[in-house]
Amino acid sequence: MHKMLILAAASAALLGANAFAVERGELLASTCLSCHGPDGHSTKVQGAVPSLAGLEKGYLVKSLQEFKAGTRASSVMKRLASGYTDEEYALMADYLSKLK
Amino acid sequence: MSITRRDFLKVSGMGAASALIAGCAGMGASGAKPKVVVVGAGYGGATCAKYLRKWGPHIEVTLIEPNDKFVSCPRSNLVIGGLRNMDYLTHGYDNLPKHGIRMVKDTVVAIDPGKRTVTTKGGTTLGYDRLVLAPGIDVRTDTVKGFQEAEAAGKVVHAWKAGAQTALLRKQLEAMPDGGVFVIGIPGTPYRCPPGPYERISLVANYFKQAKPKSKIIVLDSNADIVSKKPLFTWAWNSFYPGMIDYRGSSAATGVDGSRMVVSTEFDDIKADVMNVVPRQRAGELCALAGVRNDSTGNWCAVDFISFESTAVPFVHIIGDSVAAALPKSGHMATNQAKICAAAIVELLAGRKPEAAPVIANTCYSDTSATTGGHVANVYRYNAEKKTYVDPGGGGATPQGDELNHTYAESWAQNIWAEVLS
Ligand SMILES: Cc1cc2nc3c(=O)[nH]c(=O)nc-3n(C[C@H](O)[C@H](O)[C@H](O)COP(=O)(O)OP(=O)(O)OC[C@H]3O[C@@H](n4cnc5c(N)ncnc54)[C@H](O)[C@@H]3O)c2cc1C
Ligand code: HEC
Repeated sequence: MHKMLILAAASAALLGANAFAVERGELLASTCLSCHGPDGHSTKVQGAVPSLAGLEKGYLVKSLQEFKAGTRASSVMKRLASGYTDEEYALMADYLSKLK
Repeated sequence: MSITRRDFLKVSGMGAASALIAGCAGMGASGAKPKVVVVGAGYGGATCAKYLRKWGPHIEVTLIEPNDKFVSCPRSNLVIGGLRNMDYLTHGYDNLPKHGIRMVKDTVVAIDPGKRTVTTKGGTTLGYDRLVLAPGIDVRTDTVKGFQEAEAAGKVVHAWKAGAQTALLRKQLEAMPDGGVFVIGIPGTPYRCPPGPYERISLVANYFKQAKPKSKIIVLDSNADIVSKKPLFTWAWNSFYPGMIDYRGSSAATGVDGSRMVVSTEFDDIKADVMNVVPRQRAGELCALAGVRNDSTGNWCAVDFISFESTAVPFVHIIGDSVAAALPKSGHMATNQAKICAAAIVELLAGRKPEAAPVIANTCYSDTSATTGGHVANVYRYNAEKKTYVDPGGGGATPQGDELNHTYAESWAQNIWAEVLS
């Protein structure tokens, strides 16, 4: 029993040290890339979906909030942004802003 | 005490024991690298293999696929409508090995979930710690009377897997005289790509309008009504193709006769010049080999929606069209499921629990003419109580098409092809 407790503590420490190999922000944002392109790089043709890689974090969050509120016009982003929380905007924006 | 690794995890509930397991699972039982085998390099499988390597660079990933090339179903209706050619849909797998994915050109013919091995037609047997099945659909040509004979004679196609049948259907439409009749049969839900048949009707109508304006389209829908983006397609058919499309709800095509060129319903025999009947579908046969085609209908695979692991067979994950879910069967969805599944496998192999509240989204663009298109877009959030994905609202479909969505549809295709294959 004692041994189990020690192991449990070790296991908890392990989990604490490295909660996930893939952080939530990256996992959430990965599902945006079918439209926005690999690593946030869209094709560079006229009329393409915009690239997201390296955009400023605050700008990304603000854009998503404005899409949801409808104060920024969009074809599809209002429908998508509406499904996420402000906290998730921040997590995704943090990840996307760091993409090179 | 002789208990299996899985029993051990069950009794210990991912607590103390998982730390112990992590030590060996992370490195594989013999101290080797963990092995994941992915079967099927379509939208789901290729994406999953790529992301497994991205998020788990220590994992040995093998991707098994018999085809030389990836031929996309999304956008294949543009080829059928004469707006693109087959080359546009066809992409190589050449970039996948650059991610450290081992590609095996073969078909899986046997799976032993006890020994955790898959065997290919070519006679190779591969062991796995985790197995991902992404075979797409099986088209039940046996459920439409006379289909298989007529198909063998080149008189009817479903073209619900992109490839030779896509090209053949295009050729038949080109050869059809002005004033001819195109009959299309739509299966009952659930089937691959709910808006797909209606997009096909729109783009064939667009072709007829330009090239053979006296022609007619008869739609035999097994469903009572248009099942996806109804306002969008109704708008397009009324605005661009008035009088051309004869839509018949609750009219399943039950048989085809290739020699008389007739499609039958329960009530009628309909004479056709070109026949495109899409039979019902189920999860790919591969899933039956693994014993995971286990939902209440026996057609689809029930999974734990956090990891996409089968509810029937441990260490086997299913993604894409084969999954039993109230989620649309789309390429977009398959790639997103692939990412959630890849992340979960990386965590599980390390002895950790996967992300507990995954969020996925679907978007399907449909073109409605040579210059207009629309979309449907929804977010789905994992709900721990219901153990499934729930739509939080706020999504939906465009009631009409426009040029902007038509342009973004092309960009979507280019970007998702790059995301899956580059
Ligand atoms: C006309 C049409 C239009 C569509 N339009 C859209 C669209 O606009 N947007 C969208 O998102 N979706 C669209 N779809 C849906 C999309 O094609 C599917 O949802 C998607 O392909 C599903 O991905 P998957 O990975 O499950 O299967 P697939 O992409 O079909 O991949 C399955 C792969 O597994 C391989 N395989 C099967 N069995 C074995 C075996 N035993 N061993 C080894 N390999 C095997 C196959 O060769 C294949 O390459 C459309 C579909 C159609 C028919
Ligand atoms: C179906 C395709 C699609 C998906 C999926 C998608 N986007 Fe978009 N995104 C677009 C399009 C198209 C635009 C241009 C605005 C519009 O018309 O909606 C856009 C614009 C944006 C912008 C504004 C960029 C700028 O330069 O101002 C941001 C930020 C953004 N998206 C974030 C996201 C995030 C985060 C996700 C994932 C949760 C996501 N998008 C998923 C298609 C998509």
